[in-house]
Amino acid sequence: MVSERVWNIITDSFGKILLPGLIRSIPLAAVSFILAVLIAVSMALIQFANVRGAKQLVRFYIWIFRGTPLLVQLYVVFYGLPGIGILIEPFPAAILVFALNEGAYSAETIRAALEAVPLGQLEAGYCAGMTYMQTMRRIVLPQALRTAFPSLSNSLIAMVKNTSLAANITVAEMFMVTQRIVARTYEALALYIEVAFMYLLFSTALTLLQRFGEKKLNVHSYQGV
Amino acid sequence: MLEICNLRKSFGNLEILKGVDLKVEKGDVAAILGPSGSGKTTLLRCINFLEKADQGRMVFGQEEFNFGRISKKEVARVRRKTAFVFQNYNLFGNKTALQNVTEGLIIARKIPKTEAVEIGKRALAKVGMSDRCGFYPSQLSGGQKQRVAIARAIATEPEIIYFDEPTSALDPRLTGEVLAVMRQLADEGMTMLVVTHEMNFARTVSNKVIFMEDGIVKETGSAKCFFKNPHEETSRKFLQMTEGVSMV
Repeated sequence: MVSERVWNIITDSFGKILLPGLIRSIPLAAVSFILAVLIAVSMALIQFANVRGAKQLVRFYIWIFRGTPLLVQLYVVFYGLPGIGILIEPFPAAILVFALNEGAYSAETIRAALEAVPLGQLEAGYCAGMTYMQTMRRIVLPQALRTAFPSLSNSLIAMVKNTSLAANITVAEMFMVTQRIVARTYEALALYIEVAFMYLLFSTALTLLQRFGEKKLNVHSYQGV
Repeated sequence: MLEICNLRKSFGNLEILKGVDLKVEKGDVAAILGPSGSGKTTLLRCINFLEKADQGRMVFGQEEFNFGRISKKEVARVRRKTAFVFQNYNLFGNKTALQNVTEGLIIARKIPKTEAVEIGKRALAKVGMSDRCGFYPSQLSGGQKQRVAIARAIATEPEIIYFDEPTSALDPRLTGEVLAVMRQLADEGMTMLVVTHEMNFARTVSNKVIFMEDGIVKETGSAKCFFKNPHEETSRKFLQMTEGVSMV
């Protein structure tokens, strides 16, 4: 079974792996995700409003970021852009790529959620004297975000796991730290399972948070008008 | 107070309204009748600019507008004096009954919140929904939703309320409770333009009938005359058909 030496390595490294998780991986995911949602809402609103020209631009952005691998995007930004004089630090570079990538996916989620709100409510807003912007902000968008909440929670969990890719552009997050310990101790199996367990821990916490959030949003269960 | 001249509207190649004229005086309860597909709903939606009419003139109060080139500002100005009740209610799903009524008052008309709540409660009381102020639309029956929608409409003290088949989605009992509210409004002198299939309502509450078929107004006149002695052959046929239905 597990030898004493391996067991010691596991327990010794527990804190060493958890710490970068808490101060790098989680903040990276959190900041990227908040930016991603802001991007996604803007992109979805532009598409929903059918702004000519701008809509094509949005479609192009989504096409690029959904159609290429996240890892490749990280490489282009971090290793590629310096070639034309644009140097970005690892951490901000990771945030930039994660936010733009997730923004493209969530834009579609939120657009669909906007379209799920009956158009009649927008018309009712007009008839009550409200403007397009007022009705979107106070009536349509809140309902759309509620519809999108489970999908967005999904994306957040995926984002936390994807932060491990940032190891490739020298962000010293959880996975990179684990790789370093493996290089020193040669206990790949134990340590990679250990870091997997950490990600599982984070994901589980988020799943519970999602359940709590959904319950909260469901108090008045105002779906199905 | 409302006059429409030569209103035309096409969707693509399909001409829905082929030059509609109508007139509503203050205090009128005008019922727009006619078979399905005759353009009644499109007419009502065009009048409140939910659809953009291709051409035509509108006189509202003292002002005259051209449907073809009405500005956003003018649309907003006319809408301030009107209210619209939809077939499928279109209540705001994330707002309570009371908030549905006060939302437009607070956001569009900038009425202070406490005052808006007072107005909202009064409006809900009028439609018999005082005990449902805090309910969300999903917690209300169809009839209750429509009564909240009517409360939302009267809260702004409009000069005219447009009703687009307000009872079509309701069973007979719920239809009754909504029609009772409308009857009460009529008695108070509210000007209403009502697209309806409720012949009984048209006969007993409205004072004016506008009969539409195939995108034009075929006959218009007092409700009494229309039901007793319709001038046009098509109106007569329509009435016979609907009488037949109501006898079954």
